[in-house]
Amino acid sequence: MKQQVWKHFWNKTVIPLSFILPFLVLFFIFTIIPVLAAVFLSFTDYDLISTFDFIGFDNFKKLFLEDDVFFIALKNTFTFAVITGPVGFFASFIMAWLIDQLKFRNAFSLAFYAPSITSGIALSVVWLYFFASDHYGLINYTLLRIGILSEPIAWTMDTRTILPVIIIISIWMSMGTGFLVFLAGFQNLPTEQFESGRIDGINNIFQELFYITLPLMKPQLLFGAINSIVGSFAVFDVAVAVAPLPSPGYAGHTIVTHLYDYAFIRFDMGYSAAVSVVLFVITFGLGRICTRLLSSKD
Amino acid sequence: MEYNFRRRIRNLSAGWITVYILMILLVCFTSLPLIYMVSTAFKPFNELFLYPPKFFVQNPTSKNIRDLFSSMDSSVVPFSRYLFNSLFSTVSTILGTVFVASTGAYALTKLNIKGKNLIFTLIIAALMFSPQVTQIPNYMVVNSLGMINQFSSLIIPKIATAYSIFLMKQYMEQIPDTILEASRIDGAGEWRIFGSIIMPMVKPAWATLVVLTTVATWNDYFTPLIFIQRQSMKTLPLALQSLAGTAGSFTRSGVTAAAIFLTTLPVIMLYLSMQSRVIKTMAFSGIKS
Repeated sequence: MKQQVWKHFWNKTVIPLSFILPFLVLFFIFTIIPVLAAVFLSFTDYDLISTFDFIGFDNFKKLFLEDDVFFIALKNTFTFAVITGPVGFFASFIMAWLIDQLKFRNAFSLAFYAPSITSGIALSVVWLYFFASDHYGLINYTLLRIGILSEPIAWTMDTRTILPVIIIISIWMSMGTGFLVFLAGFQNLPTEQFESGRIDGINNIFQELFYITLPLMKPQLLFGAINSIVGSFAVFDVAVAVAPLPSPGYAGHTIVTHLYDYAFIRFDMGYSAAVSVVLFVITFGLGRICTRLLSSKD
Repeated sequence: MEYNFRRRIRNLSAGWITVYILMILLVCFTSLPLIYMVSTAFKPFNELFLYPPKFFVQNPTSKNIRDLFSSMDSSVVPFSRYLFNSLFSTVSTILGTVFVASTGAYALTKLNIKGKNLIFTLIIAALMFSPQVTQIPNYMVVNSLGMINQFSSLIIPKIATAYSIFLMKQYMEQIPDTILEASRIDGAGEWRIFGSIIMPMVKPAWATLVVLTTVATWNDYFTPLIFIQRQSMKTLPLALQSLAGTAGSFTRSGVTAAAIFLTTLPVIMLYLSMQSRVIKTMAFSGIKS
């Protein structure tokens, strides 16, 4: 009797737990609890040495009312995200849709996907050869040659061009996981709906795209959208590779460079946690909105 | 037969020829930086500083790559050490990720555990977290455990990612339970079923995790930047940045280009070898909410 109870407990509880616990423990320690801890820290004044001083909303007040650099970081990040997020998302979708209808699909998809799996730091250095500020830079050389410029532009030092350079490099790298998801989604669409669609009078590929393909692709679109949002608001690698930290006139300053600056150069953990909470609210909020918009339950 | 309906064999009309030409032009354009990277890695010294600048290498040489390994041997940290650091932390993270994501996904799809739905809701929510949000508390944990400057700091926090278990779960879900029932009746334990039936069946999914984890770890700049200060423990992205020096500097161009080339190549080759499996897995990656 006792043995039976034990055996039941072993099979129904211990064994299943042995499967889920390795993931769950690490997931809680390094993802779930840290997010909650970041929220807690954002209401404190903490420098890794002294005790936590609870200071209410002071960090957020300072962040939004006094910190001009954070305002620049916020503005740059939004400018960046509003451009690279949607461009990356729609380019991925359109390219995946086109490639799906062409021959040599694997070759085309590799060519578009490859930039996104390169190191942002490494390829930024390559792009910096293109954007070099003297006559040797390929872009300056070409623009001077065809007469658009009369003297070279210092692309990575001029406060007006730093952010555009970061945006261009990032767009180049933006056809990542979302692109693959779309590509796979197109290859696995159920065929019956296309046949009945044709009977219902759908007679060109654009109608097919809007009335049949898009609704069927909602789950993939949601995955891609969340990827684009998280990726574009977290811009860091390319930003610090293009312009040093702090960049001239903070022209390449972003939310994450601000976070890095306060957390790991000044060790002001409370204040930088407040920056991370702002980032969290933005990406999680936009993620939830996309979940609403692309819900496949209707 | 039936799938030909949507991907019908198109006549090579003028319209489609235009599409092909535009796509090829676009491919050429987007590959420019990669082609330039390869070309520069093989440029001899005198071609690096030509004016007017030349895009393609004229007399390719492997001197840059040899220099990268030899000239840096005499300095404090040889390039091969950075290569080893990146390789070791990436391979370890992959092993950990594939293990915890597969066992976790098996529990979520095929076993009865309490709070299954809550766990999955948390995983979906975590897909929307920026990794940087967790970095400050993680730094405090890593620091208090004495993991700063250790490989463990680059590996352990990055093993249990939301997207890896998500992809694995979506893929496992389509495996019919009947296959498992038969083995269960035969008296096979869950770990045995998992090891001998499930793991071989989800090969495409773990191939995908290998690729995505490599991309996320090999290229990661933020994690080593905050956890690693000792030069001999730095990984390739950090080494590259110190090698490249200030923006636009040409002093060590050849060696830098060789280092960039060697950093980029393995990831692309790895993806290339697993492309079809990755695409197969991604077909199940939609979020149905």
